[in-house]
Amino acid sequence: MTKNLRVKTSKYIDETYKISFKFNGTTYYGYKGDTLASALLANNIHLVGRSFKYHRPRGIMTAGSEEPNAIVQLHKNSSRTEPNVRATEIEIYEGLEASSQNCWPSVNFDIGGINNFLSPILPAGFYYKTFMWPASFWEKYEYFIRKSAGLGKSPTEPDPDIYEHKYVHCDVLVIGAGISGIIAAKTSAKSGFKTLLVDEKPYLGGSTIYQNSEHFKINNQISSSWLDKEINEIKKIKNLEVKTRTSVSAFHGYNFLLARENLTDHLPLNQRNNKIRHRLLKIRSKKVINATGSLERPLIFDNNDRPGILLSSAIEKYANLYGVACGEKNVLFTNNDSAYETVISLNQKGINVEAIIDNREEIDSKLIKEAENNNIKIYKGYTVVNTSGYKRVNQVSIMQLSKDGQKVIGTKKSIDCDCLGISGGWTPAVHLFTQSGGKLKFRDEDQVFIPNIYPSDQISIGSCNGEFTLDEILTTTPKTLKEFLNLKKTDYEDLEIQSSFNKSKRNIWLLPSDKIIGKTKPFVDYQNDATAKDIKLALREGFRSIEHVKRYTTTGMGTDQGKLGNMHALGIISETAGTKMGESGTTTFRPPYTPLTFGTIVGRNVGEYFDTFRKTPIHEWHVENKAEFENVGQWKRAWYYPKDGENMHDAVQRESKAARDSAGILDASTLGKIDIQGTDASEFLNRVYTNAWSKLAVGKCRYGLMLNEDGMVYDDGVTTRLGENHYIMTTTTGGAATVLGKLEDYLQTEWPELDVYLTSVTDHYATVSVCGPNSKKIVSQVIPDLDFSDGSFPHMSFKNTKIGKIKCRVMRISFTGEHSYEINIQANYGKSVWEKCMEVGKEFNITPYGTETMHLLRAEKGFIIVGQDTDATMTPIDLQMDWIVSKKKYDFIGKRSLYRSDTIKEDRKQLVGLLTEDPKEVLEEGAQIVADIKSPIEMLGHVTSSYYSPNLKKSIALGVVRGGKNMMGQKLIIPMENKKINVIVADPVFLDKENKRLNA
Amino acid sequence: MFVINCPYCGEREQSEFKAGGEAHIVRPKQPTELSDDEWAEYLFMRKNIKGIQFERWVHAHGCRKWFNLVRDTSNDVIKAVYKMGEKPPTK
Ligand SMILES: [Zn+2]
Repeated sequence: MTKNLRVKTSKYIDETYKISFKFNGTTYYGYKGDTLASALLANNIHLVGRSFKYHRPRGIMTAGSEEPNAIVQLHKNSSRTEPNVRATEIEIYEGLEASSQNCWPSVNFDIGGINNFLSPILPAGFYYKTFMWPASFWEKYEYFIRKSAGLGKSPTEPDPDIYEHKYVHCDVLVIGAGISGIIAAKTSAKSGFKTLLVDEKPYLGGSTIYQNSEHFKINNQISSSWLDKEINEIKKIKNLEVKTRTSVSAFHGYNFLLARENLTDHLPLNQRNNKIRHRLLKIRSKKVINATGSLERPLIFDNNDRPGILLSSAIEKYANLYGVACGEKNVLFTNNDSAYETVISLNQKGINVEAIIDNREEIDSKLIKEAENNNIKIYKGYTVVNTSGYKRVNQVSIMQLSKDGQKVIGTKKSIDCDCLGISGGWTPAVHLFTQSGGKLKFRDEDQVFIPNIYPSDQISIGSCNGEFTLDEILTTTPKTLKEFLNLKKTDYEDLEIQSSFNKSKRNIWLLPSDKIIGKTKPFVDYQNDATAKDIKLALREGFRSIEHVKRYTTTGMGTDQGKLGNMHALGIISETAGTKMGESGTTTFRPPYTPLTFGTIVGRNVGEYFDTFRKTPIHEWHVENKAEFENVGQWKRAWYYPKDGENMHDAVQRESKAARDSAGILDASTLGKIDIQGTDASEFLNRVYTNAWSKLAVGKCRYGLMLNEDGMVYDDGVTTRLGENHYIMTTTTGGAATVLGKLEDYLQTEWPELDVYLTSVTDHYATVSVCGPNSKKIVSQVIPDLDFSDGSFPHMSFKNTKIGKIKCRVMRISFTGEHSYEINIQANYGKSVWEKCMEVGKEFNITPYGTETMHLLRAEKGFIIVGQDTDATMTPIDLQMDWIVSKKKYDFIGKRSLYRSDTIKEDRKQLVGLLTEDPKEVLEEGAQIVADIKSPIEMLGHVTSSYYSPNLKKSIALGVVRGGKNMMGQKLIIPMENKKINVIVADPVFLDKENKRLNA
Repeated sequence: MFVINCPYCGEREQSEFKAGGEAHIVRPKQPTELSDDEWAEYLFMRKNIKGIQFERWVHAHGCRKWFNLVRDTSNDVIKAVYKMGEKPPTK
């Protein structure tokens, strides 16, 4: 039944440029300028998909981004496949392949269509009520629902396209290039404002541009010709940038907007390579002019969803812009004058109109007269009560409306048709305005929400502001612009306007039927298959808030966000509940206005650019020596160095043993380093650390613990006194930035009187840490001029020295419990110092070790790792580190909190060592610790660190246990899935409690 | 996203800043002399106003300076910005 319904050339369609495309496997032809929808309609194809719940056949409904039904999958089984593309927006190109979604095995025979016959048992909330019980069945239900209710398929291959983000700054942003947007953009730019005009469509001029009626004239020219000339002048204007195919998807506070510029979706696939597909514009505009237009409303009656039923304005657009007839026997159904514009357009093109059904009884305008003069039968005061035709509408049944519009009266008449245009009036597109925080008001006379209170410097013009007629728009817009842009005059002051539109409208949210509502299917949300019946059911079940009704019935929750039906849902709710429209507000419109691709959202931040990462100056050596890496904050740290096919465990055991038996070497460059200078530096440290600093001699190092004001451990590290008023503080790798931020906070806001300056020097130095009994022999060969005798260079001291001509700092400090040195040198020399250590350390089997071995070695020694053995609930007392809390200091950050009633409790979780009964059994970090396995089980704590120690030849662990301090030697249980493990509470220092190794 | 007028750098995107909670809460000079309740008042209790709120912000990815800001939390309009140590605007 393929026919050609191309009726007349349109200047927007290039008939010399034929394009072939495939829909559901069949090849069709269209022309350059067509959308997929217009090309399908030209081939007499209306049925494009199935509805979500009932799998009812659905056709193209609109001609724009509000389309609920005609959503297709592009290029199935290709890496460029994309689901949920609106056929009404995608421009056809050679080789386009589209297929229907949500149907199986085919759109013409869909097995899920049985849901349509089951619909009496599939009411609103059906999924909630049925599939939630019994809970164990959910998996089976879910499988069935997902298979039959597909919203398209996501691609399985990496996205071959490139996306990017761009910041845009302008004085005035105009959203929408209809007649009012064009006027606004020209006026703004000509007045010297840097102006950006965007429109989602590929052409400018909105709906006026395809008005060819003698009834709408500006300065005695047909409105489209007048607008054409205005558009032609745009290119000459400086200050004005125009972006088509650019859809504003979000309008945030402070006039920050996101727009998606579509650059390649209209090109054949082979022309897209290496081009940017979508560009996300991050727009900051001083002023914003909303000229987003309006959306035509459908009418809500039984079976209003059949293929062949379109919005009346869509039929007009297909005829005028694309030169396509949507049917050969058209019937229009309306409650206002707009449908008559469609009728006149169809007449001009020689497309047959059978009849007009108008809700209104008394109507009178030039448009209506012209329709009557063309001998088109108008049924005044009538309504459509039903339609028939499974895959394409073939008949409408009509009846007369009662005076109050609540009932139908008289006898039913039938009219044959193959296309039904419906017009329920217009809804201003206020989505972006409300996203920005704008408040609406309800206008009773034509039942619309219009912008009322603006949260930022913005204004709405044209039909998105509730101005629906040409003369209203053209008289109001220049006035509004003058005020908004503070202008004396515009070019649009004395236009002579001729407009035949009469504003009368008979608004009935849910049209009456001769059947009871239970037997009808008046669809409100086409995409989600929510009917007026469902909304009424929700109200009967007690839902009142629009937000609740929306979620219960899923009205407005599809990919179209209910752009067509939301107003009717509100209307039906207020009528049924007896409330006044506008009082219960609207549902919230959320970004994006139309769906965005993931590519648009992430832009260039994919693959290795997903997140920034930091490398130490010695990184390349670790790579060359086959280290495995772990992420610590943004750092890539060497984790372990597997040799000859070793697994992690074996590598860590070997590294740990070598470090204690002879020598190990660690890249510690990632530790945070803060340079602290000023006459009050010592006093400052006194206030931020728990221990005392004033008496620390120059040249000495000290370990410090930093608390939050609530007394909980925040960070730790060694700080060295480099001079009288000069310290260098080290922080944990992950804490570097936040510690600096916190210290700055106190300095700037609480203690501005202190003379202290903080500088982050983390990246300035490389840190090479050499530990083990032979560390001195190695480091003293690397720095032969330095006195390494214990008398001159004891544990916890530092020396300024040089390697060759390069200055460096050497600290004798240890995080492993071994005799060890840290060489800090300007970052560029880090790798050569490391290599030098490796070279001279060869005879001592110097072994590079990574973070895992570092963790194991420090656990043997009972040193904590902040963030692993602590969370934000551990005080130093809980950690059994009372020794580091100064009793003498009057105050330091967190001191007062250490004796709050809660922090002095005896039964807080405290850090203890754990030894397994079976020394080979290694605990799982995070495992629960209990005393007794009985119900209800009492959780005492959990394991924080756990390793097999190759040096002690047994399993060791640290954990936090409620009241653990007083449980030394006590037996506890670690319950696991298949077993329970017995452990003994022990001292957390497992190795060398006397510090013999440190001082050796 | 706000545009914040840093008193040291001028107007910048919100993403360059970090919020630091309620402003004008002074750390007690003698914490040891406070009762648990008084200390808890300083430590934990913060206002959460719908309307005019005084807040601390830091230009974290800029000059790293802390400053105060007056914001209407109901519509995010920033009424005033002033340096640490300066008196809050009365109107
Ligand atoms: Zn700044």
